[in-house]
Amino acid sequence: MTSITEPPAESFRLSQLIYDTRYRSMTIQVVAFALILFAIYWLGRNIVANLEDLGKDFDFGFLTSRAGYDINQRLIEYSNESTHGRAALVGILNTLLVAVLGCALATVLGVIAGVLRLSRNWIVARLMTVYVEGFRNIPLLLWIILIFAVMTEATPRPADFRGDEPAASMIVGDSIAVTNRGIYIPNVLFTRSLGGNEVLPAADGGAAAVSPAASSLDWLLFIAVVVAGFFGARAIGRWATATQEATGIRPPGTFWMRVAVIILPAAIVLVALGATLDLPHLRGFNFTGGIHLRNSLIALWLALSLYTGAFIAEIVRAGILSVSNGQTEAAFALGMRPNWTMNLVILPQAMRVIIPPLISHYLNLTKNSSLAIAVGYMDVRSTLGGITINQTGRELEGMLLLGLFYLVTSLIISGVMNMYNNSVKLKER
Amino acid sequence: MKKSVFLGTIAVAGLAAGFVSAQTLDEVRARGELNCGVTTGLVGFAAPDANGQWDGFDVGVCRAVAAAVLGDPTAVSFVPTTGQTRFTALASGEIDLLARNTTWTFSRDVDLRFEFVGVNYYDGQGFMVPRELGVSSAMELDGATVCIQTGTTTELNLADFFASNNMAYEPVPIETNAEAQQQYLAGACDVYTTDASGLAATRATFEDPSAHVVLPEIISKEPLGPLVRHGDNEWGDIARWTLNALIAAEELGITSDNVAELAQGTSNPEINRMLGSEGDLGAMLGLASDWAVNAISAGGNYGELFEAHIGEDTAIGLARGLNAQWTDGGLLYSPPFR
Amino acid sequence: MSDTHAQSVQFVRDTMIPEQDAPITEKGAVKWVRENLFSSWLNAILTIVSILVVYWVLAHILPWMLGGIWVAESLTQCREIRDASGIGYDVACWAVISDRWHQLLFGFYPSGLYWRPILTLIVFGAAIAPILFSGVSRKMLLFSIAAPFLAYWLLWGGSIWGPVAAALGFVIGWAIMTYGEGVLGALASIIAALVVPILYWLFVAGALAGVLQDFLPIGIENIRSDQFGGFMLALIIGVSGIVLSLPLGILLALGRQSDLFIINKCSVIFIEVIRGVPLIVWLFTASLLLNYFLPPEVSFDLMLRVIIMVTLFASAYIAEVVRGGLAALPRGQYEGADSLGLDYWQSMRLIILPQALKISIPGIVSTFIGLFKDTTLVVFIGLLDPIGLSNAIRADSDWNGIYWELFIFIGLCFFIFCFSMSRYSQWLERKLTTGHH
Repeated sequence: MTSITEPPAESFRLSQLIYDTRYRSMTIQVVAFALILFAIYWLGRNIVANLEDLGKDFDFGFLTSRAGYDINQRLIEYSNESTHGRAALVGILNTLLVAVLGCALATVLGVIAGVLRLSRNWIVARLMTVYVEGFRNIPLLLWIILIFAVMTEATPRPADFRGDEPAASMIVGDSIAVTNRGIYIPNVLFTRSLGGNEVLPAADGGAAAVSPAASSLDWLLFIAVVVAGFFGARAIGRWATATQEATGIRPPGTFWMRVAVIILPAAIVLVALGATLDLPHLRGFNFTGGIHLRNSLIALWLALSLYTGAFIAEIVRAGILSVSNGQTEAAFALGMRPNWTMNLVILPQAMRVIIPPLISHYLNLTKNSSLAIAVGYMDVRSTLGGITINQTGRELEGMLLLGLFYLVTSLIISGVMNMYNNSVKLKER
Repeated sequence: MKKSVFLGTIAVAGLAAGFVSAQTLDEVRARGELNCGVTTGLVGFAAPDANGQWDGFDVGVCRAVAAAVLGDPTAVSFVPTTGQTRFTALASGEIDLLARNTTWTFSRDVDLRFEFVGVNYYDGQGFMVPRELGVSSAMELDGATVCIQTGTTTELNLADFFASNNMAYEPVPIETNAEAQQQYLAGACDVYTTDASGLAATRATFEDPSAHVVLPEIISKEPLGPLVRHGDNEWGDIARWTLNALIAAEELGITSDNVAELAQGTSNPEINRMLGSEGDLGAMLGLASDWAVNAISAGGNYGELFEAHIGEDTAIGLARGLNAQWTDGGLLYSPPFR
Repeated sequence: MSDTHAQSVQFVRDTMIPEQDAPITEKGAVKWVRENLFSSWLNAILTIVSILVVYWVLAHILPWMLGGIWVAESLTQCREIRDASGIGYDVACWAVISDRWHQLLFGFYPSGLYWRPILTLIVFGAAIAPILFSGVSRKMLLFSIAAPFLAYWLLWGGSIWGPVAAALGFVIGWAIMTYGEGVLGALASIIAALVVPILYWLFVAGALAGVLQDFLPIGIENIRSDQFGGFMLALIIGVSGIVLSLPLGILLALGRQSDLFIINKCSVIFIEVIRGVPLIVWLFTASLLLNYFLPPEVSFDLMLRVIIMVTLFASAYIAEVVRGGLAALPRGQYEGADSLGLDYWQSMRLIILPQALKISIPGIVSTFIGLFKDTTLVVFIGLLDPIGLSNAIRADSDWNGIYWELFIFIGLCFFIFCFSMSRYSQWLERKLTTGHH
């Protein structure tokens, strides 16, 4: 059966491909597809020709050759004998570390600054405006450099801790040292480690420590016990609530039971593993022992968080302002206190407006962490995209891997955050 | 030949002439100027002054080559390059000559396919420490925090040095010299390491230079020299022999003051051959017969360049040391002009 | 009733009490301070902490800044002046700014020709006026179209006929588009309007400019792009990035909204790939890799490569901004356009885009601010932007060792520029929202 709108088959002409709306979209797509294929072919041909001209090949073999350079900040084992591939991995972990830390702190700072900017306290509101405008309108690169420099100028040198009348001293019972090379905090060591008795002398010749790979097992056990404790505590709480609902009497001492369920097993594990505190102490040129949070990490972390926090503050402010005044008035009419109103009425509604732009600022922060090179933080841009490319001359392969890493990270972050966004979104009917 | 692609006139000014080919000399002539890669700024070696004129020891080499090829030492377009972009800039033809404190190494010469045309400064990596640390030898640096500039051979040398002496250290990689200075002065690192020439230049700018010492150990060989692309031997020859002419000129006593006079002819046949009053060395290079005269009058011979930019009378105050003529116990030794 | 009421009142005041001043706590500065600074315990604590912070910061910075030395020839001289004056503390050496400010602003542009970039800025300001401020005559739009060519000529110099010949290509395209439709038909005229100018640029324009230049030489001194630097470079990269990315960005936004599968997917992939990778990686791509992608015999200078890359980068962001504008338009506008019988391009050109772009302007301005700030990243590939120049200035043995002064000056310049732009954008946003209610 033929309908009126369908043309007789024999009358099909080539010009219909262009003028007939039914075929035109197909024509356009085919042409576009052909153009794109041609462009890809053209680029590929150029790359091949250029590589040939330069006498280079396309080969990822450099990833398995010896790197030869040292990286100070590393989350996994690495030495200058390791491969370029491992150096890239160290960089990737460093990028992710600063990105995660940065997103967390930026959110905290942004929410505080955004709320305080709406404060009725004149001087606080003005200060927050100065903070937000200052960070939003000056390039991040300058902030990173400046914060790094301010931190090194404002904190004491390790040498200042030395001598009978030291110019600086450690804080919190001589356990934390704030220096211009970073902050040294106590570390927990396990003398009866699960990872075997593989006790390595620390690289700096200081206190002997179990290698990170071995002690990670201990940490896993510890974390598992703590998490189990939390679930146990919740179970006790639920049991208490159920009893209360059934009998009207809450069993006595449940709070202490819950605390004990969390703390006791964890403490037993720590004792069983022989946990000792490794305090930082001055030795030679530097502090040794403990965990060293390097200035480059802290400066980059602070700069990224403060910069992104300023943007988040604006989003939070806009989100809060987007909740109509009637909501606040209604909450007040119900007798809610201002902080309850904020927590229970305004923020939940504002979140709907806040979250989508928040995602894109998390993405920006992750991408901006590539400026780490300015303070010598060895992120993936500095290892794979910096020293490795420079030493091996493999810029095409290196940049390709680097771009892929950032792309995948961005896609994962935006995917996860979008899932979260969908879950908190108002369910509209 | 340059194939001109006319992407609207928008692109005209931006369209550079460079690309890989064997006729760098022809290109430079056609362009009327030399594209010379330099640092984005290194005291004494290359820096723009208040009028935007580049000046320095490496810049002097660029100007000499430009003068030899084009007869005009100002016909140079200086392209600032970073440690990371310099090799690509040269390989892609964006620059004709890279005179940027680049260490002559096997892999750069062979694997990265460049051609070092000689050495214009024999350097080596050294250490600077504050005097109050009381360190007198690099062997006492076990456990020290070391500031290094990234993107150079420095970090590899450092790793090798500490590993071979079984010492530990904490590297603090820094992007620019200015930041490294700031970090070092604030005490964020115990030691600053870079080429000895850079250490001297940096130390000279401190408020109290005497509070800092450069340790006696030099842990690496850093022959710094200009380089060109692999494969264009004619162009490589020109750069190589221009540098040699500067070195030989000092040895033979030719200076920018007397070069015009000596070019009239002297009793020394080597001077005559070099300056073009005898033989046709210029033509062999494909240049005018007065190429060496131009190169030397551009900024003077090697010694004059050295004294003007980094020598003992300047703020940097480097001694000639290894960079003295072989006749004075140094390493500068130009092959004969014959 | 009123009488009984009056009788029940025992006291009626029949004279006015003279007006009294409000209590001291309820007026003037005290009231303001009480309400704005000490309304509760928490606020009081916040206030005191804030005041202490401000005092602490200013006490550290102000003496150093205000005591700064403005006239000196080098850092050493600065230190001598400071020591001679007997100030006990460190002071800034602003002399580096008075010596090199022109370099930080204009790079190595010849100092006699500074009027050219300044005039370009004025031309640019005049060109965007009709877009940014509604009060300006629409005829100025013609000038806006001519402005990029004028700006190019003013900045780079050379013969005026080059930009004129290039502009002619657009005129040809426009003429074919407008007048060719009757002769060639709609689609053929669009294709011709695309192909003819490209052929013209490739084969005719250069020769034409040469002939015109021989015939009537008008030109100003040619300035090469390696002499550009400082804030001028940052502005040129930022502005040309945004201006050039607008057409591409609009096309991408339309592509992303399109129902055509391939076009839609290609736009999405392009936008997401560009946005997923940091600008610094793209800049390295421009500096290290772009030469791999072009035919072996072609190469551009670094500044042009950076502008190309920044344009592609910005176009993805502009596309998202424009997409927001397109999505914000009421559905009725699309349906209205369809019901008038307009085809896709007509409805876009006449109805949708003018409105969508208008709402997108604040977003475009903030994209521009972001891009302008991000131009500082070109320092990593060796272009002498303000930060790159600060390194170059420090490499002069006169100023080696100077640190804060240069960064503070650069930061201040960026702040003034970006802050005024963002204020403008906020003003515009307010104006646009009121216009829609």
